[in-house]
Amino acid sequence: MGKAGEKPVLIREDGRRHDGRLPNELRPIRMEVGVLNNANGSALVEFGKTRVIAAVYGPREPQPKWIAMPYRAVLRVRYHMAPFSTSTRKSPAPSRREIELSKVIREALEPVVMTEMFPRTSIDVFVEVLNAHGGTRTTSLTAAALALADAGIPMRDLVAGVAVGKVDGVLVLDIDEVEDMYGEADMPVAAAPSLGQITLLQLNGVLTKEEFEEGLKMALDGIRKIYEMQKRVLREKYMKIKPEV
Amino acid sequence: MPGKKYVEDRQLVTPGDLLAEGEYKIGNPAAVYRKGNKYYAAVIGLAQVSEDTVNVIPLEGFYYPNPGDVVVGVIVNVGITNWEVDIRAPFTAVLYAADALGRPVNPAKEDLTHYLDVGDIIVAKIEAFDRTRNPVLTIRGKGLGKVNEGAIVEISPVKVPRVIGKKASMLQTLQKETGCDITVGKNGRIIIKCRNPDMQEILVLAIRKIERESHIPGLTDRIKEFILKEKVRRGLISG
Repeated sequence: MGKAGEKPVLIREDGRRHDGRLPNELRPIRMEVGVLNNANGSALVEFGKTRVIAAVYGPREPQPKWIAMPYRAVLRVRYHMAPFSTSTRKSPAPSRREIELSKVIREALEPVVMTEMFPRTSIDVFVEVLNAHGGTRTTSLTAAALALADAGIPMRDLVAGVAVGKVDGVLVLDIDEVEDMYGEADMPVAAAPSLGQITLLQLNGVLTKEEFEEGLKMALDGIRKIYEMQKRVLREKYMKIKPEV
Repeated sequence: MPGKKYVEDRQLVTPGDLLAEGEYKIGNPAAVYRKGNKYYAAVIGLAQVSEDTVNVIPLEGFYYPNPGDVVVGVIVNVGITNWEVDIRAPFTAVLYAADALGRPVNPAKEDLTHYLDVGDIIVAKIEAFDRTRNPVLTIRGKGLGKVNEGAIVEISPVKVPRVIGKKASMLQTLQKETGCDITVGKNGRIIIKCRNPDMQEILVLAIRKIERESHIPGLTDRIKEFILKEKVRRGLISG
């Protein structure tokens, strides 16, 4: 990464991006479920250098009790960045951005979690960013959905997310930190593919109508791939036991 | 034929997988949901699609109380006329002294810790539970009440049906092969009473094995074989 203000070459002459990816290529993704013993469900997800761990507790008795709702479970999400997750130390106190992202992630999960089945309880999701390198909200969302499924909480579908950006006039999938910093637009999208519903759509920067439509299509294609990966990882947890028999 | 199936029997499914289309009955409403005339899985588990029913046997989950369930609870608090009981559910259950003792209680004259104290284990039945109040327990009935001896094994509540088996076949196998007395709570707590400590160890290992391998067919036979092997290994019977 160059010095601040010194813009790196984002789109090379051969049409590839600064890290060698094609415009519609995802970063290498790694997923794992059941990584924490004390949580009811957990997941670790890596999108390139971005690494996020998610833990789910519940449904359990809500603390404090007054937050309980008589007709459905309370879904609580805490998105938090570890102090060591960024290049300069981040204060561990929740920042404005983290509080906002917690809300955004919660609202992206609420349509799929069947909260109406468990009134007067709370389902708590803790998301910890271990290493931030762009796209933490979509990575967090992907991890949170996996952790919820791993906890056995009834869900209508899994949710997967990815961001589309515009750098040097080119639409690119799954933008990283460098592209986000020097790009013209950043559009995180999350969807529940089997339901055909978009649960998160944000846009920072400027896209034309055509670019938006093209970008959304790219994001949904990327989400499909991530979604298939999520399903594979959930199944693999049970496939692995077989050889031990 | 009511409709079209998209999965095979005992296929591993994840939330959002399309199971069937048409008119079916739903086995477990917490594991399958319907949208239009399509049925989707809501949890990770094994699909079960029969002539008229779609179901998913969950592989992950938690205990959610149901009236009539027999559960194993731990007393966590003693009140004036009741006990609070942990039953591994999202709610603490309550056991009224009037029910437990079968007569009205005068809090001025007697102290409830005399009968059940914090940390005591009980086998109880859920008498009432709905969306508005916490589960109410009863210990009046056959096989219910305070537990004075034995060991507790905790397993995932979704694996309880596997430990019991079809028509209690697995439970009978375990009891016959180890000679232990087994009480299975719906909340995943199992009380075992064994005379022989070796048998107790074997039984615990067998229960753990059931929990781990419940999704692989042929479980009862494997468990029988496992218990036999362990018995030979420990010199309880000659090979």
